[in-house]
Amino acid sequence: MPDKTELAQDPAKPSIDDPILVADNVTRTFGGLKAVDVEHVEIPRGKITALIGPNGAGKTTFFNLLTGFDEADTGTWTFNGRSIANTPAHKVARLGMVRTFQLTKVLSKLSVLENMRLAATGQKGEKFFSALFSGLWSGQEKANTERARELLARFKLDAKEDDFAGSLSGGQRKLLEMARALMVEPELVMLDEPMAGVNPALKQSLLGHVKSLREDGMTVLFVEHDMDMVRDISDHVIVMAQGKVIAQGTPDQVMGDQRVIDAYLGEHHDTDITQERDPSAAPETEAR
Amino acid sequence: MDTIESALRAAIGIQAVYFCLAAIGLNVQFGYAGLLNFGQAGFLAVGAYAFAVSVASFDLPFFVAIFVGLAATALLALILGIPTLRLRADYLAIATIAAAEVIRLFFGASFKDYFNGRDGVSQFSTAFQEANPFSGPVLGFRPDDFWVMVVGWTLVLLSSLLLLLLMRSPWGRVLKAIREDEEAVRSLGKNVYSYKMQALVLGGLIGCLGGFILAFGQNSVQPDNFSSDLTFIVYTMLILGGAARIFGPIFGAVVFWGSLSLISGILGDLTAGDNPILPTWLITDQQIGSVRFMIVGIALILLMIFRPQGVFGDRKEIALDAR
Repeated sequence: MPDKTELAQDPAKPSIDDPILVADNVTRTFGGLKAVDVEHVEIPRGKITALIGPNGAGKTTFFNLLTGFDEADTGTWTFNGRSIANTPAHKVARLGMVRTFQLTKVLSKLSVLENMRLAATGQKGEKFFSALFSGLWSGQEKANTERARELLARFKLDAKEDDFAGSLSGGQRKLLEMARALMVEPELVMLDEPMAGVNPALKQSLLGHVKSLREDGMTVLFVEHDMDMVRDISDHVIVMAQGKVIAQGTPDQVMGDQRVIDAYLGEHHDTDITQERDPSAAPETEAR
Repeated sequence: MDTIESALRAAIGIQAVYFCLAAIGLNVQFGYAGLLNFGQAGFLAVGAYAFAVSVASFDLPFFVAIFVGLAATALLALILGIPTLRLRADYLAIATIAAAEVIRLFFGASFKDYFNGRDGVSQFSTAFQEANPFSGPVLGFRPDDFWVMVVGWTLVLLSSLLLLLLMRSPWGRVLKAIREDEEAVRSLGKNVYSYKMQALVLGGLIGCLGGFILAFGQNSVQPDNFSSDLTFIVYTMLILGGAARIFGPIFGAVVFWGSLSLISGILGDLTAGDNPILPTWLITDQQIGSVRFMIVGIALILLMIFRPQGVFGDRKEIALDAR
């Protein structure tokens, strides 16, 4: 690993005040392939952090590791100072770290409202014996329904509450998944490609929703490809390539970083393929 | 008229009752939680044998033996569930169908002092029949049989009520959500493994009640009562009535056994006598037993084509799968 020393100098240990999530030496190998090899990452509290990188960079795998959907080979990570390395997914969610999926996972044969109600935490009626006595949980159910309706109204899904979730369009499913994640009352919302396959108009409204999460005091970590969007809404950017974190910082810092440009466009993106490699070719012309 | 009468009798008879209980149990597992249990016959077998041996060989009191049967079934569910419920759905299917066959062969070949091989266990229902309040025939049923039916249908009613309460509660909602997408449920902070285990155990216990009814009805249990045919007929009845519907398995069981009897009755009339209505090159009265299953099979294929959601299902739900 020739570039390890270089990594240690620059993007690692950016020292953020009061990070909500800190991860160290997280690795995951699939056969001979090291899909994730992250030395150090911090997620700033109360901000929107973008996790970007080319396809196959290990972003989703890293997401899966952090949220307990996959088991890491090595590594430690803490959420609010509490170690949650290799904690089962449902416990991670209960601690207040909730994720969505790249391919939306709505519960098709449940109504939109039932999808929302399901996500409420600490429900008494979810225990086998108390489920039999509706008096024990109907009050809580009512409160949850009220909160679900408020969230549905905020995401403009209130007219759909009795429809099967499976009948929603792709964009509406993204909205429902985000609204449902909020029912868990998370501190950290992790969105895996929230804008994938969404039309430009809905993209704008999704962006607004993501920003509103920050205004409500939540921390957001999201995976995205669209650089303009990343620049628009994120406060902090983490760039991954080939399983490693190659840069961290503000959007402007990161996008000017030569390593990031190389990772996205290839190291020799600015040399004419008909020419021999020419060291005098100006690299800064490509930096947007 | 005899044909219709015996069909009606079959529709509510002992066989319909214990198949119905097995189907209600499977409805919890497959219909609501999406668990592919292909070994429901094994759950009935363990319950019935545990009860029968407790009484016949160990002289345990009736309710203690019932408890032994239920405990043995719950244990079977745990043994099957612990290694497989964390894995993909098909592993449970493989494990359960194999376990059901192992159980059947085990009862047929081992511990012959207790299980009596293929002859099975008998002489255990004295206590049950002593409590029988009926002394003469009722509706043309023998009093012993009618007593089993009364107890059986009461159990069907009670377990359906239990499911009605459970499935409209948040507990039932988690189960249905797991059937749709367990990763999504996990991401929302629910312990999916624990819910799947609860569903497997509950479904197994209801199936075990069916095993008891089978045992009381026959006054004996043999390994061949629990072949994998039983499981597949139970699936058929469940899908016929509509999975994930409270009334689905009851309707399915009644209609399945009723129509099976009706078909064999009609075929029996058509092939009877020296000069039968149906020509003998087409069908003889010895072939009715097999032909009735062929006709029921065709009817089910047609049902799947024209009403895939079952009788009580919701067409819109099935349409979602096609999206």
